[in-house]
Amino acid sequence: MTTQGCAAPEQTVALPAGIDLSTQAVIQGVVSGPGTAYARLLDDSGEFTGEVVVSDEGIFRFFAAPGQWTVRIIAGGGVTKDVSVEAKLGEVAQLAVTV
Amino acid sequence: MSRSAVLVDADWVEANLDTPGVVLVEVDEDTSAYDKGHIRGAVKIDWRDDLQDPVRRDFVDKAGFEALLSARGIANDDTVVLYGGNNNWFAAYAYWYFKLYGHENVKLLDGGRKKWELDSRELVTDVPERPATNYQAKDQDLSLRAFRDDVVAAIGTLNLVDVRSPDEFTGKLLAPAHVPQEAAQRGGHVPTARNIPWSKAANDDGTFRSNEELKELYAGAGVDFGKDTIAYCRIGERSAHTWFVLHELLEQPNVKNYDGSWTEYGSLVGVPIELGEAR
Repeated sequence: MTTQGCAAPEQTVALPAGIDLSTQAVIQGVVSGPGTAYARLLDDSGEFTGEVVVSDEGIFRFFAAPGQWTVRIIAGGGVTKDVSVEAKLGEVAQLAVTV
Repeated sequence: MSRSAVLVDADWVEANLDTPGVVLVEVDEDTSAYDKGHIRGAVKIDWRDDLQDPVRRDFVDKAGFEALLSARGIANDDTVVLYGGNNNWFAAYAYWYFKLYGHENVKLLDGGRKKWELDSRELVTDVPERPATNYQAKDQDLSLRAFRDDVVAAIGTLNLVDVRSPDEFTGKLLAPAHVPQEAAQRGGHVPTARNIPWSKAANDDGTFRSNEELKELYAGAGVDFGKDTIAYCRIGERSAHTWFVLHELLEQPNVKNYDGSWTEYGSLVGVPIELGEAR
């Protein structure tokens, strides 16, 4: 049983230490643009599944299940941008988003 | 109690940054956010280090809560305004916690840290110095808190609201997608629970939907407002967000947060679990 809460790990370029990629379906990306942005993961019905603050370097990462997902980037001024992505077990799906 | 008594917007906070008796408190699990910048005058509460018992899985006790608030310079008659990251999950959890220990005047900043940041409002790194107080907490108000036996007894009887994402509800995921998936527990949900993700109660910027929209949401998803309700999630903070909606915004009288939530229920031996969609 984990004692970890629901806060996201630090959003770094490399996968966090101790993560066995073979058991994970990772979606990650880089956001370019001014100001603070948030990355939100929506499932194939459009429902919220997770959200992280994009790091100062523009990085975000999700540990999803295999399948179709949408990443919604939320930035200041009411700007949102949706990107569709497929996650596969043991792989990292890499995105680049400009807002 | 009106919505404005429990929820304030960013303009209200900016106008009251220097008001005596108003204390801003940022609550996060990842407190590096506070350290990088916080609302001027805000003190920090660490969800894990300050609010959890360091040994048992439980809260800090009454004496621990008194020591925490005294050290932060919070007095019994202060108006405490809570905000934080993760769409106010941990701030809502702390709000529930302040109510459990009987604090009278406590409010949430609508939209929390996220809305504040998206509005490009001022954040500072100066840590305020507040003189210590002698805070006196009340005994826990257990009418606000559900335990595992309450949840088992509620199956098929009370409203059980599972506020996790649909993929956690059906058993496809064991944790939110922004944390690594775990394996030491069963997936699924408590039988007869309705899946009403916390996120349906909030806008993209983290602010709460209107009371009319919220009533329609929960009634439409099968919540019977004539019955008592237990909300749960994975560890009790997202469900504190829903507890805040049902108990504080919609003023439902008997709503409990099950803070043991799925990490406890999904590891219990012998209790019923349902997989897939709600039946």
